[in-house]
Amino acid sequence: MNQVSPPLAMLAELTHRCPLQCPYCSNPLNLERASQELTTAEWTRAIDEAAAMGVLQIHFSGGEPTARPDLEDLVRHAHDGGLYTNLITAGVLLDERRIARLVEAGLDHVQLSFQDSEPGGGDRIGGFKGGHAKKIEVARLIRAADLPLTLNLVVHRQNLHHLDELIAMGLELDAHRIEIAHVQYYGWAFRNRAALMPTRAQLDAATATVTAARERLKGRVVIDYVVPDYYARRPKSCMGGWGRQFLNISPAGKVLPCHAAESVTTLSYDSVRQRPLADIWLNSEAFNRFRGTDWMPEPCRSCDRREIDWGGCRCQAFAILGDAAATDPACGLSPHHEDLVRIAETDAASEAPPFEYRRIGAR
Amino acid sequence: MNERALVGEASVPRLVRGTRLQFDKHRDQWIVQAPERLFVLDPIALEIVQRCDGIASVTAIVDELAAKFNAPRELVLRDVNSMLQDFADKGVMSL
Repeated sequence: MNQVSPPLAMLAELTHRCPLQCPYCSNPLNLERASQELTTAEWTRAIDEAAAMGVLQIHFSGGEPTARPDLEDLVRHAHDGGLYTNLITAGVLLDERRIARLVEAGLDHVQLSFQDSEPGGGDRIGGFKGGHAKKIEVARLIRAADLPLTLNLVVHRQNLHHLDELIAMGLELDAHRIEIAHVQYYGWAFRNRAALMPTRAQLDAATATVTAARERLKGRVVIDYVVPDYYARRPKSCMGGWGRQFLNISPAGKVLPCHAAESVTTLSYDSVRQRPLADIWLNSEAFNRFRGTDWMPEPCRSCDRREIDWGGCRCQAFAILGDAAATDPACGLSPHHEDLVRIAETDAASEAPPFEYRRIGAR
Repeated sequence: MNERALVGEASVPRLVRGTRLQFDKHRDQWIVQAPERLFVLDPIALEIVQRCDGIASVTAIVDELAAKFNAPRELVLRDVNSMLQDFADKGVMSL
């Protein structure tokens, strides 16, 4: 067995409630309801346990984390416990007073999502009328409060033609960092894949745009870029390896190796309500199932990249092949890679179907 | 947003808002925390970052380090410049 190090970061999904309905939402299809959510006291205990284990960064996310009125209490608690606090938000519920309270509580950084560079596309993709204009206003309030800002931009076939405008918007809003992430196809995005999948030509154009922007804007803004792995040659190092650096707590307290892990329906996950966090991290069946390299099949097992990409993504193997222990089909060495490419090309060539928006009870 | 900042002897570096120098007691190392990033500092980097207080200039930092380690000033200057420029380009340090 490989030695287990403590996690570096924790994603705290405070709620699955959200005013937006993005069709690529990273939440599971079975959204947890408000009545199932951890209480403030349960969250503060989980935060204490995380800090005691060696977690350094906490990301408050959702759903929309600002829908929880105790967000600032949890930020304060994490900050006082020495954690670096980050808020991942759609922004539409924020105002000047709430931002001031979050600053006062010790918030370190904000990641604000945009769905497009203009209101028509933004409001349509997010499924929330008036959302884009509100986000622009909130971005300015965040910067006026001197909080460092990252824009989170999820890109796909329906907004990639605005990539230059999205980057320009990031500069205009005085963002320190712009995260451009192609949709990853799990859960809602998997369901909406045909409406979202770019062609390879669109992907190549986007990559060229990002490369040029990085060069042009060096030292002015940091641009992070996540590629869609259906067209990749090698898989992504998903979460830096299963159970290696990262854990996620769902609104109801389930502890997951990544935010999409519930899509692997053959695993069951322990809750912070029943079991100490450190015990779950170290000893639970789900975290140990794909930890390290012992679980790997060929061609991963003898691959010289096995401790670089850690076999890729378990959720993707399960979604495409129905086997979470298979080599990620995003890898060119997987016997199923060509099937994955064909899926992507077929989806991208189809007429985009209407979005199936993310909402509670939509299944 | 401003033009790219280039480090020089007159620069007065400091960690930007949203980053933090701290000791990670669980891993026995000094780190700079930044959004979704973590920079592990080697002993030389730590000596530099600890002095980036928004008051000391690069000239002062280099003089101090050259004296402390009894090292050639131009060598220290080169190390300091390259580390600070790297951190500035990564959005971690203002100059």
